[in-house]
Amino acid sequence: MSNSKIQDEAISVDTEKGNFSYPEDYAYDAGVGLSEDTIRYISDVKKEDEWVRDFRLRALEIFNKKDMPTNWATKDLENIHFDKIRYYLSKGQQPSRTWDEVPDDVKETFERLGIPEQERKFLAGVEAQFDSEAAYSRMKEDLEKEGVIFVGSSEGLEKYPEIFRPYFGKVIPSTDNKFAALNSATFSGGSFIYIPKGVKLKQPLQAYFRINAENFGQFERTLIIADEDSEITYMEGCTAPKFETATLHSAVVELVALKNAKIQYITVQNWSSNVFNLVTKRGMADEGAEVKWIDCNIGSRLTMKYPGVVLKGRGARGEVLSIALANNGQHQDTGAKMIHLADDTTSNIISKSISIGEGRSTYRGQVHMPKHLKNCKNNTECDALLINTNSRTDTYPAITTRGQNNTVQHEASVSKVSAEQIFYMMQRGLSEGEAMSLAVNGFVNELLKAFPMEYSVELKRLIDMEMEGSVG
Amino acid sequence: MNTLEIKNLNVSIEGQSILKDFSLTIPKGEVHALMGPNGTGKSTLAKVMAGHEDYEVKSGGITLDGQNILGEEPDAIAHAGLFLAFQYPLEIPGVSIANFIRAARAARLPEGESINAVEFYKELYQKMDDLKMDRKFTARSLNDGFSGGEKKRCEILQMSMLNPAYCIMDETDSGLDIDALKTVSEGVNLMRGPDRGFLVITHYQRLLDYIVPDVVHVMFDGRIVHSGPAELAQELESKGYDWVKESFATTA
Repeated sequence: MSNSKIQDEAISVDTEKGNFSYPEDYAYDAGVGLSEDTIRYISDVKKEDEWVRDFRLRALEIFNKKDMPTNWATKDLENIHFDKIRYYLSKGQQPSRTWDEVPDDVKETFERLGIPEQERKFLAGVEAQFDSEAAYSRMKEDLEKEGVIFVGSSEGLEKYPEIFRPYFGKVIPSTDNKFAALNSATFSGGSFIYIPKGVKLKQPLQAYFRINAENFGQFERTLIIADEDSEITYMEGCTAPKFETATLHSAVVELVALKNAKIQYITVQNWSSNVFNLVTKRGMADEGAEVKWIDCNIGSRLTMKYPGVVLKGRGARGEVLSIALANNGQHQDTGAKMIHLADDTTSNIISKSISIGEGRSTYRGQVHMPKHLKNCKNNTECDALLINTNSRTDTYPAITTRGQNNTVQHEASVSKVSAEQIFYMMQRGLSEGEAMSLAVNGFVNELLKAFPMEYSVELKRLIDMEMEGSVG
Repeated sequence: MNTLEIKNLNVSIEGQSILKDFSLTIPKGEVHALMGPNGTGKSTLAKVMAGHEDYEVKSGGITLDGQNILGEEPDAIAHAGLFLAFQYPLEIPGVSIANFIRAARAARLPEGESINAVEFYKELYQKMDDLKMDRKFTARSLNDGFSGGEKKRCEILQMSMLNPAYCIMDETDSGLDIDALKTVSEGVNLMRGPDRGFLVITHYQRLLDYIVPDVVHVMFDGRIVHSGPAELAQELESKGYDWVKESFATTA
């Protein structure tokens, strides 16, 4: 096998490991379907302030008014039946601070996924969400002393409104798109993080999202605020068991990097192939600040995700590095948005997609540089790799550049793993699956070097597993 | 039993017959050269032996030490002990030479065993030194942007690292200058021994000055028409392939 099999010091979020569920016994269940009553139920259970409830109800109105974006996106969206989904499920738990306090079935779930083993290894803090609410949340004490806040969305809004309210729903307003509105109406769980001025986290914070119940919608909400001159790396991993019916994951993630702050946000999702994964992610970068998205999309039935950076302050930098792997029956509709709003801002997009068999990948990019700006730069590279002849890949770049000394560089390529390449590798003794896996690893190799080690190892392992599964 | 045996092999591609009742036996410990003009079926033979799926095998058999390999998957044939040094090695972008060879070695290990990285690199570096390859090469993508000579050296490096029982070398000399030819030949000669058989497919006698064969076979129109000692290669070089055509075309 390839290199990755030799190094098995990896974190594990693969579908095989994730393919199990526990009996459902929820203290709080908002029932099936979405109405004002559903929203009021969620808000009551959470004992929310009036303004949060109003925010939710306004978002529901927006959600109901907005059409499905099937004029440009896939018609498969019409197969989401909002009236059959359960919007809130919780055991009524408060996030436990010690692993012993976590309920046994939840504990077993996360232990099977390799948490909190990893927390001990290399994380500064971890949160584990089981269906709607956080089941476990812990951060190293010294960070707490430095004023770092790492809590769930409800706790963040309730205990620290002065910090989070000014930015909540500002980077991604409820009106942004139908699914952002849905999340704004039904959100539960997720991470609210504040890094004080000048605090630089040496180890990443991490969250795990786990769907346990069938017909369930997970709507976590994440807001990270990095105050001036601070630095943070945040990583999220997602799994769900293979249910018969479709499950919906629709998150909103807002990042705020104040002057000279740096935020790196890393996602490795490995949803089972019945999950609709419709996520809105956007960061705002102030003067001299940097927002970097590393986004790896494996699995799901349909993923629509276009992480973006609004480059608001002079000299701000934005980056999106993404890898999407679309296997049979999957559609990865991903991309990036870079909105330049100040002089001397730079952005970089590197997107690699792999389509296997009937798998389909789509790249949508948007780079916006208005006329009044000077010295802005964007570099966009999107490369597609096709394996087997039925694979499909589409690229829709939208670049608007005006203004002086603004430069945009765009490169795109499509390559295939040829039968002759596979034959060559098999002649050396590799199985067909191993050969394809190696070719795919080679295709993403350069990009993986930009990832933290733990994640690149894990990603390689996931790719190996996907490829082995794709050979008959 | 310790032989590579090809018996009455008939192979065609797209309805056209390429190998016609081809037979050849290579005992371990011997180097056989297969020479012949272009389009006579030499490369087809190499690919069929390695299990390429594009060819239609009508009849015949191929065995390695008594074990049938005809119709097996390419990786199974490789595991059985056959290595093919390609005439045109494929480029695998992003996969380093070291990782590729390591993966190929790991694929041969029993379940649960892993490679000792320190010993692996020690051996790899030793063999690269033998082939006068810069050690920096280990990090380069396999064959990606390599010169013809670099590709061929890399084939021989893989061949020696994978320790096959039978080596098929398909026009390894093409694209090599005289210095590279010498180095590559030295690499091959280091591998010669009682436990290994070689089939060296070539167009020119030049390579056989350095890799001196035990037997030379002349191939024409899908079969071996003449065999002889190493000197046959020189005779062929001086008389040319027209001599083969004139002498053997009628008997074909």
